[in-house]
Amino acid sequence: MTILKQALLGAAALSLSAIGAFAQSEEGTAWEETLEAAKGQTVYFNAWGGSQNINDYIRWVGDQVEERYDVTLEHVKLDDTANAVAQVVAEKAAGQDEDGGIDLIWINGENFASMKEQDLLADGFATDLPNWSLVDQENPSVTTDFTVPTDGQESPWGGAKFVFFTDPARFGELDSMPDSSAELLEWAKANPGRFSYPAPPDFMGSSFLKQVLAETIEDPSLLEAPEAEVNFEEVSQPLWAYLDELQPALWRSGRDYPENYPAMKQLLADGELGIIFAFNPAEASNAIANNELPETVRSFVFSGGTLGNTHFVTIPYNSGSKEGAKVVANFLMSPEAQIRKERPEIWGDPTILDVEKLSPEQRTEFEEIDRGAATLGPDELGPVLPEPHPSWMTRIEDQWLQRYGS
Amino acid sequence: MMADRSLSGAVRLLPWAVAACLAAPVGIGIAGVVLPAFGYLPALGGTEFTLAPFRDLASQPGLVGSSALSLATGLVTTLVSVVSVAIFLAAFAGTRPMRVARRSLGPLLAIPHAAAAFGLVFLIAPSGLIARLLALPLGLTSPPDLLIVGDPLGLSLMAGLIAKEVPFLLLVALAALPQADPERRTILARSLGYGQMAAFLLTVWPAIYHQIRLPVLAVVAFASSVVDVALILGPSVPPTLAVRLLQWMGDPDLSTRFLASAGALLQLAVTAVTLLVWLGLERIGCRLRERLAAGGHRYSGDRGLRAVASIPIVLAGLSLVLGLMMLGLWSFAGFWGFPDPLPPSFSLNSWQRALPRAEDPLVVTALVAGFSGVIALVAVVVMLEAHRRAVPRLAGERPVLPSLIAGLLYLPLIVPQIAFVFGLQILVVASGIQPSLGLLVAVHLIFVAPYVALALVGPWYALDPRYEVVATSLGHGIFSALFRVRMPLLLAPILTSFAIGFAVSVGQYLPTVLIGAGRLTTITTEAVALASGGNRRIIGVYALLQTIIPALVFLLASLMPGLVFRGRRGMEAA
Repeated sequence: MTILKQALLGAAALSLSAIGAFAQSEEGTAWEETLEAAKGQTVYFNAWGGSQNINDYIRWVGDQVEERYDVTLEHVKLDDTANAVAQVVAEKAAGQDEDGGIDLIWINGENFASMKEQDLLADGFATDLPNWSLVDQENPSVTTDFTVPTDGQESPWGGAKFVFFTDPARFGELDSMPDSSAELLEWAKANPGRFSYPAPPDFMGSSFLKQVLAETIEDPSLLEAPEAEVNFEEVSQPLWAYLDELQPALWRSGRDYPENYPAMKQLLADGELGIIFAFNPAEASNAIANNELPETVRSFVFSGGTLGNTHFVTIPYNSGSKEGAKVVANFLMSPEAQIRKERPEIWGDPTILDVEKLSPEQRTEFEEIDRGAATLGPDELGPVLPEPHPSWMTRIEDQWLQRYGS
Repeated sequence: MMADRSLSGAVRLLPWAVAACLAAPVGIGIAGVVLPAFGYLPALGGTEFTLAPFRDLASQPGLVGSSALSLATGLVTTLVSVVSVAIFLAAFAGTRPMRVARRSLGPLLAIPHAAAAFGLVFLIAPSGLIARLLALPLGLTSPPDLLIVGDPLGLSLMAGLIAKEVPFLLLVALAALPQADPERRTILARSLGYGQMAAFLLTVWPAIYHQIRLPVLAVVAFASSVVDVALILGPSVPPTLAVRLLQWMGDPDLSTRFLASAGALLQLAVTAVTLLVWLGLERIGCRLRERLAAGGHRYSGDRGLRAVASIPIVLAGLSLVLGLMMLGLWSFAGFWGFPDPLPPSFSLNSWQRALPRAEDPLVVTALVAGFSGVIALVAVVVMLEAHRRAVPRLAGERPVLPSLIAGLLYLPLIVPQIAFVFGLQILVVASGIQPSLGLLVAVHLIFVAPYVALALVGPWYALDPRYEVVATSLGHGIFSALFRVRMPLLLAPILTSFAIGFAVSVGQYLPTVLIGAGRLTTITTEAVALASGGNRRIIGVYALLQTIIPALVFLLASLMPGLVFRGRRGMEAA
């Protein structure tokens, strides 16, 4: 216990000295003012609450910011981030432009694009946070969220990479697993009823469609622009041809779909599905530790690349505790919080920091994380396919519902 | 004299005031979706009235399918539930099986809908208990690829709802039974040669049905618009209308709110049509009964039917109990693969992790349910008693709530929740009221009070008024007679209706999330948020926690009269 306490104190001292270094510069003074104003504030953090691990991690963050910065963090557990967006909309509708109910939202992609478009976000803040300097800014998804420029209106929290999982004990060697969407289709036909995807507009289901689209579209650069600028019917044709072929081989012959990716995880555990996918590379290790998946489960990616993106936290325009929210956002990006987050037994979420910019001790800590046999290391995750413009997701979801959703 | 008259005027107005207070939020909430449905929501740039949201709605794929599914779910669920209760009572009224059923009702009612639905999934899904038990003889190593849960016709959804609605309808039917005078009526009919079941169904059941009509209509409305059970057990392509409504409300693209509002009005219409069809079915049922009665056939050979009459009730009870057991098993399970019928290893892990976090939500749940239950009880007693006192009646005539008051009072049960809570949320935010325990209690009251009234109105008006006449003649005032005679005599139904109200409050999800703005979490909002993570162990823990609290209250409610009236033989039975 005392060792743990000492370690914590040491870490706190480290981060304090990091802040101390900033105090000399102009931003440093501004940041000190932020820290001062944040004292005693309560930050309502609206974040998906479906994972006990993540909830525990957020609880730890709450303890830390309470102790260090006198900021109280209340985790408002959502079953869907859109509910938080809805609440800000309702508040704006009601003219509650100050001290709204939400101070911080875990967000990315469509929800962010939507809030940004509707002017529901606070002014850019992320690039002013002291820990921003440690972020891997060469990673394009840190500053463009699904092709939408973040303009500092959300600060990065963690990385995500589209990863597949299978149980070799039931479905054969890892080497025999598909290496592209095309091979996945063949695998599904050879193993009827053992593959499926959550019905869009579920986030993971839509992401699977985007993965197939990104692999099958003739000119992937088209995906960077809004779909309205291209002939959608024509360029998306390969995706629909793919899905038409896949449909009869799907689980339940495509007459029902798993509700979401956790549901697929359970179906893999039961042996109903043979290949599932998620956006967290450590999903399987995590689930094994929680008795949710058998120990034999392993992960794989496509050598041609899979979708990757970043998830963020953002501050609504009407938050009454913006300073407190910034302090939390900054702490979420701190090496200490990021190392803890990347440990598979804690969460296993990839960091957004540039490990090269860290101190040697911190670098070693990152390198020494034991990811377990079921998780691929950062260098094994394969190339990243960029997320298409958010408008593609909306259009694909509409089309999917027209074709298969009724 | 003048003062007296104005006082009685006030007493006369009281029931109206209570009912209006409960109905007003429904009206306001509907107004809150009507405006956006016609394109008006300035915060989202909707400043002009237009029919565009309805055009958008009409172009949604599978809309007819979703609506038809909602309608069918409402009708089939109610029909099967009502028939199950009717034939069970016809075969077993006044016998031991009925008393057994009566005693086991409380705990079954305490199981929240979502928990019951998950329990059913753990039983009937291709990876559920039944498939696991069949796996060994059939040589299965992985679950069969069968579309059982989430079938396109919504059969699992209906089954889950029936399992939950049968105990509820049985409870209200049992409460109405004594007033239908079953013994004398069946004896008369049997003396004319009718079989036992025919005698009951032709003479007693119509009187019971007349009394439980409102709860039955509430079941119709509920089943046609339920969200949580449909999410768990219903089909996904396309889902029921209410589920799609929720998807639209939650769509990141904010302009979908207009579509969602138009959809909310469609849901209102679908529920209204379902209710109308049900009223039509009632007519047909009535005609059928007249036909059968006039036909002269005595249906005396009903032994075979009597043997199977308990099956629906037993199945409903069994699926709830077994489902609950499966939830319990999962909450203690280590890794539990298919086809192991029991977990190969057990662990306290899930409980150890969940319990510390569940403490605050449990306290909020108990406080909100306790307060809303008590306040609802007081309001309902004031309303029932004021009406009873204000309206003069002939000797022996039983008071009846005017249908307009009843209509207002039960409006929150008939109007689909999902169609008006969103509108209500905008109002609450607009008024600048911060989410607080008090606000949450107030919102829960809208749904708790009608159920409390439903459970209490029968016994309250059935009590022989001569007890109080005697008390008054002995010099007791009105209040003394109320508190020292009427309330003690009605202690059992009062406690039961409180327990029902308590359970209703515990089960509220949508109003709690929206009005509590996520800041006030109850065990149900936690359960739903965690259920989205799909971890069966966590689902098991929270479903059990969700069940235990109301079950304890039901237990207390059933034990208390016995304790209070220990040694008074006439009261112990009450």
